[in-house]
Order: sequence, then structure tokens, then C-alpha cells
Amino acid sequence: MCLAIPGKIIEIKEADPVNRKGKVQFGGVVREVHLGYVPDAKIGDYVNVHVGFALSVIDPDEAAETLRLWNEIAEKEEEHRHK
Amino acid sequence: MKYISEFREAGHVQKILDAIHRITNHDWRIMEICGGQTHAILKYGLQELLPEKITLLHGPGCPVCVTPLVMIEKAIRLASRPEVTFCSFGDMLRVPGKDRDLLSVKAEGRDIRMVYSPMDAVQIARDNPGREVVFFAIGFETTAPAVAMAVHQAKESRMTNFSMLVAHVLVPPAIKAILSSKQSKIDGFLAAGHVCTVMGVQEYNPIAKKYQIPIIVTGFEPLDLVQGVYLCIRQLEEGRAEVENQYLRSVRIEGNLPAREWMQKVFRVVDRQWRGIGTIPNSGLGLNDAYLIFDAEHKFHLSGEEVAEPEICISGQILQGLQKPDACPAFGKACTPESPLGATMVSSEGACAAYYKYRRSHAG
Ligand code: SF4
Repeated sequence: MCLAIPGKIIEIKEADPVNRKGKVQFGGVVREVHLGYVPDAKIGDYVNVHVGFALSVIDPDEAAETLRLWNEIAEKEEEHRHK
Repeated sequence: MKYISEFREAGHVQKILDAIHRITNHDWRIMEICGGQTHAILKYGLQELLPEKITLLHGPGCPVCVTPLVMIEKAIRLASRPEVTFCSFGDMLRVPGKDRDLLSVKAEGRDIRMVYSPMDAVQIARDNPGREVVFFAIGFETTAPAVAMAVHQAKESRMTNFSMLVAHVLVPPAIKAILSSKQSKIDGFLAAGHVCTVMGVQEYNPIAKKYQIPIIVTGFEPLDLVQGVYLCIRQLEEGRAEVENQYLRSVRIEGNLPAREWMQKVFRVVDRQWRGIGTIPNSGLGLNDAYLIFDAEHKFHLSGEEVAEPEICISGQILQGLQKPDACPAFGKACTPESPLGATMVSSEGACAAYYKYRRSHAG
């Protein structure tokens, strides 16, 4: 039940900061999402959304870093195999 | 979809699995906390792909599963009142109480609605001033900020026809309760990535230290899960017991500060009863005094009535990592997702339901 789905912010309706809302696109589906908990999120950012609330902005650098680090492990595995 | 497909890439996952096979020398038992992770592990058959020396145990991180029967009975009693419009996440509707579930109350003509967000329940209350709208607030720290905002908005708009039946629970006290048990044989934890997205990772440091156990904050995609296992095994084989964050793209050390602030404004920490486990001190959230008029138990003067669990069900042991679902004599026979007997068969994230859905088909 704690699943949060990543989606892209395509519209932000500025209101008072607490009630900030916007439209978030998940694949082909667009939903209205509460953005009050991600005050720095901008249009184009990806956010993790749970029960209608964005809980975090997905950090593209950290995501790339995770994938890069794992490539490194994978390469080490390759080397190991050829030893 | 971005941030999903690259973390499901089978080639990536396989490489990490190879690395896990290479570094594993001893027998290790790792518990994933979150039901969403349990579901993904079974769905992708990850246990079968890991070395035999690694056993994955499934933790108590399914809010539907741990909501005690006494709460379900309160929900059913509230939903049966003619003046009440009862709103709930879909999963709760099928959980059997003493003799029926919420869906059968709905079939009797009561107004019960499935909602996606607690905000939907507030909207229903706004649109129906003549009805008493009650929202069944269940969940972990991930869901609590949404619930906090919903009740706050109800207060701001001075609503008098909205209230909540609150059964919120917290993860760290449950981890401590499981580790304090003498029978516990858990060597490492995968902590729940979205709970930590809200709460951060700091509260896990003292647990890792006290119980000398690695805790890896882990995401939900297959690559995340095998990475989490890899980091955990690496620590165990090296004799370390630290908190590590695999889910860097979403989890900041301090968590989500505005969300935590709002939780603090609205909730207080309370003792909670966990289905199958019992009462764990300071393991839940209830509305604090400023929001007490929105507490359905208070508003409708509900008192608890103990309801006994079916004797055959071992879900309490499963939730603590002491047993696996297929050890239960009722599994797949008297107890199925269509007619569940116990906690862990009722939700698709419960260990018994996940085994039923994915394991049986493996066995043919
Ligand atoms: S299979 Fe059913 S009865 Fe057995 S432990 Fe699981 S939920 Fe309980």
C-alpha cells in the first residue's frame, strides 16, 4: 500500500504553498496531484506520488548514479568471470 | 516509463544476482519490511534466483494486514449506520470482520465508497453536507502526510460532517519489537523506501547499532531489491552493521521535512495493536487534541470489542518472520484470497496472498 509511482509534472497551479496542486502525467494518464509537500518541484520534474500526494522529487543525478554504480559492479563481475 | 523501466531491466538484475552469488559465503536471513516489496519479490521470483544460503523473510509492512480485527469491526459498525457515508481504500473492503466484510455491508444498501486519496473523502463530505462522512485512515508513515493534510483541510473549512477512523502505524517500533523477540533469527533488514522518503533514515541508526544489524533502505523495482540484498549481504559478510541507502533517487537523509512537520501538527504517537502480533508501545499515530473532533471513535463513542483470530491462522508468526505461508495447514485450502481466514491473505501485499498468486503458478 505504500507504493508511490513516478510521474512527470506538466502543470502547476500556484495557490498558497500548502494547497499547491498540479497535473502529473503517468505514462498516458494525467492526474491532479497535491504538491504542497514538494515546494521546490518545477514543471518537468518527476515526482513520486502516493494517494494523490507528491512525496519526493526524483533526483535525476542520484538515479543515474545508482545505475552507473551498478554498471561498475556488473563490469567487475565480467572481469571476474574472465579471470 | 521513465524511472521504472530502467530499474526492471533483466540484464542489470542478472549481473547483480551474479555478484550476490559470488560474495555469499554464509547462511543469511533478510527481512523486507514492506508488503510492496514482498509482492515484487514474489512477482519476479527473486527468492528463487538468489543463492540457497539467503532466505528472504516477509515483514509486517502491509497496513491492511496488520489492522486488528477490533478496528475492522468498528469500521463495519460505523459503515452500517444509515446516516454514514463510509470511505476507504479499496483493499480494506474485503477484510472479513467477525461475520462479514465492508463489501457485504455495501451490498445491504449502505453508502460505502472506495477512494484513491483521503482528499477524495473530504470532497465527498463537502458535496454532501447532510451526510456523516467517515474515512478509514490506515497506513504507515508514507500515507500519514496525506491524511494529515486532509484532516487539516476539513478543520480549515470548519466541516462538522467529516471524521476519521484512525488506525495508523509506524515502522521502527515494529522492527524493534520483532528484533527484541527471543525467537528472532533475522540477520538484516531491507527498510521501506517510501516510508523513508517521508521520515528519512536517521531513526534507523540506533536500531542498527543496538541490534548489530544492517538496515538497507530499499526501493521497489527488481533492480532496487537485488541491490538492497547485495548491499546487505556485503555488510553481513564483512561483519558490518550500518544503515545504507539504496533508494538514493527518492530518499533524503532528513526525509521530507514539510510532510514531517504536518504529521507532527496533526498526530500524536499512541500505542497500537497489530493484527497477529499484539500491542506494540508507541507504534501508531492518532489525532492529537486539536483535531479530536475529527476522530470517529470519539465522535461516535465507539468502544472496542475483542474479536478472536481463527485458531488455525499463523499469520502472526509469518508477520514476524518466524514462519512462511506454505507452513500453514489452511494455506490454499480453507484459506484463499477469495475467502481469506487471516491477515496475510486479505491484501495483495500480504505474504500469504502473494505466495498464493505467484508460488502456486510456479508449482504448476
Ligand atoms: S494461509 Fe490463511 S490461515 Fe494460513 S497463515 Fe495465511 S492468512 Fe492465516
